[in-house]
Amino acid sequence: MLRKSLLAMALAVIAGSTALADSFVFTAIPDEDETRLKQRFDKVADYLAAKLGVEVRYIPVKSYAAAVTAFRNNQVQLAWFGGLSGVHARRLVKGSEAIAQGYEDQFFTTYFIANAATGIAESKDFPKAIAGRTFTFGSKGSTSGRLMPEFHIRKQFGKSPDDVFSRVGFSGDHSRTLALVQSGAYEVGALNYKVFENEKKAGKVDPAKVRITWTTPAYPDYQWSIRGDVEATFGAGFKAKVRQALLGMKDKMLLDAFPRKSFVAASNGDYAPILDTAKSIGLIDD
Amino acid sequence: MLVRRSATVNASFGFVGIALFCLIFADLEVTTLDPWTELGRMAWGFATPDFLAVDQLADALLQTVAFAVLGVAAGSVFGFVLAPVFQHFGPVRWVCAFIRAIHELFWALIFIQMFGPSPLAGILAIAIPYTGICAKVYAEILEEADLRALKTLPPGAGRISTFFYAKLPDVWVHLKDYTFYRLECGLRSSAVLGFVGLPTLGFYLESFFKQGHYSEVSALLILFFVLIATIRLWMRPRIAWVYVAASPFAIAAGAGTTTFEWVNVQRFFTEDIVPAPLRNAEILDPGAWLNFGDWTWALLSHQALPGIVATILLTQIALVGTGILALAFFPMISDRFFGRAGRTVGHVFLVIARSTPEYVLAYIFLQLWGPSMLPAIVALSLHNGAIIGHLIGRHVNELERRPDAPKGVNLYAYEVVPRVYGQFLAFLFYRWEVIMRETAILGILGIHTLGFHIDSAIADIRIDRAMLLIVITALLNIAIDICSRNLRRRLRLRSTPDAA
Repeated sequence: MLRKSLLAMALAVIAGSTALADSFVFTAIPDEDETRLKQRFDKVADYLAAKLGVEVRYIPVKSYAAAVTAFRNNQVQLAWFGGLSGVHARRLVKGSEAIAQGYEDQFFTTYFIANAATGIAESKDFPKAIAGRTFTFGSKGSTSGRLMPEFHIRKQFGKSPDDVFSRVGFSGDHSRTLALVQSGAYEVGALNYKVFENEKKAGKVDPAKVRITWTTPAYPDYQWSIRGDVEATFGAGFKAKVRQALLGMKDKMLLDAFPRKSFVAASNGDYAPILDTAKSIGLIDD
Repeated sequence: MLVRRSATVNASFGFVGIALFCLIFADLEVTTLDPWTELGRMAWGFATPDFLAVDQLADALLQTVAFAVLGVAAGSVFGFVLAPVFQHFGPVRWVCAFIRAIHELFWALIFIQMFGPSPLAGILAIAIPYTGICAKVYAEILEEADLRALKTLPPGAGRISTFFYAKLPDVWVHLKDYTFYRLECGLRSSAVLGFVGLPTLGFYLESFFKQGHYSEVSALLILFFVLIATIRLWMRPRIAWVYVAASPFAIAAGAGTTTFEWVNVQRFFTEDIVPAPLRNAEILDPGAWLNFGDWTWALLSHQALPGIVATILLTQIALVGTGILALAFFPMISDRFFGRAGRTVGHVFLVIARSTPEYVLAYIFLQLWGPSMLPAIVALSLHNGAIIGHLIGRHVNELERRPDAPKGVNLYAYEVVPRVYGQFLAFLFYRWEVIMRETAILGILGIHTLGFHIDSAIADIRIDRAMLLIVITALLNIAIDICSRNLRRRLRLRSTPDAA
């Protein structure tokens, strides 16, 4: 029974999987609700296919590093990166460029959050009272969950996070940072402000248990990056077409996949501050 | 003292002593403030599995089986080819020791650099370490073959015919059983590889778990438990080839299909793994070599050395924890201690404990106790204790029984445990190296094991650092393996894990 269905299934799908040549493939870093990635981004793929006139596919990846690797290996030609992963990717692929960013990404921020039992209140200035507590970052490769908070911690204390806090963890993702700080498994954490706001809207933030203690100054974050060699495959002017398609994305249902209000133009130069920050804390070598 | 304790008892006390010593340095503080809301949410989720929410459930299951089947098939075939020369040819032994000393997850991370998140990366990540393991265990099984058949051969019988007609038939059942046990391990590996991007169960499991969708997590875990528990129903040696033949098609249809470019493989070897200070430098430039010295020293002193210490502490404590739990668990599935109903409950418990990825267990305990070594120790001990408990329990059921055997505690302490103790230690020492490899994936708890630093290097796209740390991890594993083998020899423990 099982082997029959297995075989039938296998045969059914080889038929479907042969027409893959020269399709335009993109991915997105898994920063938030990964569970519906495929559904969300397949719609974006359909939109791009209609605008670009080529076959467009989305492939899911499991980590920031995997997104960078797929881009580097030319398994994807376009990617929705975070600030830091985008910088990594473009350093590794000559001629690649940032072509669009979310409207919100021009002035992105990180929230430092604390479990209410710590008694650390919200403040305008960096909350130095977090020293000596347990602290969790998000993913190791995240801009808002790792790079920017580590930068500010080092700047304020003149020490590495390991020396500032009694324990330092990497929750792996923003939602989990929130869950861990809310339960008190970690006392303090730092995460992407948008994820926090979304979770709040979804009713998953209990103000009696977790609160924002500090908001970082703004920095540039997520962006669409494209490989330089796409025009050799898809024709001259393809890059501009992709940018136009992204900037012209107005359907709220599509934009919610990111989630962003709209996309605006971006360039590699916009991300110089991220590169400098990454170098200053030793995440990227000079 | 008049009582002379046996060598096995001395060894056991030695290990407990080492673990107690390690406990002094281990960080076991409980720091949680309010775990109950999240734990309540988990408990509710686990009690209300939602099978409809996961759209790609059937596909995830299919992929999990397909990757496991292909990986194990390739691993066992290569292992079988290498087994006859394993004992006589040093380099084969060393290469096998090296490739099995690296965790599947790290193999996957390496191959993803070359092939991207593609099926090839996944299959190789299982096949390569399994080749090393199968070559070793098959060789040991062949070694123990009954030699009487050999003596009946006419003089001058060729080596190959001797192997196939006299040696192989005697151990065939044993080889087959072991290969099936490997398939169960392969299913677990295949599922866990989803954590780094293969489209298997782990892919969805990790996503749902991260998001706190515990009903979906529960559904996935239950399916996985059923898959493992029913392995003997859906997989038979006779139809194994059907699975092997069908798997490539199933995988080709999966989500991870990507293109293959030779330049990426080339780049991996000529750029990625070359230490940063030597990349693009003249080979004779003394400055570059000085920088390389600094680079190596910084990596060793800041990451490798502390990583080794943390890894050993965690391993030694978890090893003893595993032993204690295994001794506590095995009666659950033994007909010497429990009736049919009790044993069923025991089986369900052990399947759950041994099939739930340590990472998931660790996360639950992290909620309960906060970040320290404690969640990691308990997670590793529970998972491995359940595996050894299962194997010992089955072994106990096969023991000859005396009509005048005592009952209850006396049966346990004065008959069963003494009779299986040697086998128990053999399994435990086998598991030693495995436990050490598994410490790698618990970086989330803020324990900076070697695995944590490897993961960090990969996240920073510093493949050169990752490679050096992986090699160090492998050497540490080989060292443990040698200790384990010497101990087993000294204690005269049966060396083959009579697993299946």
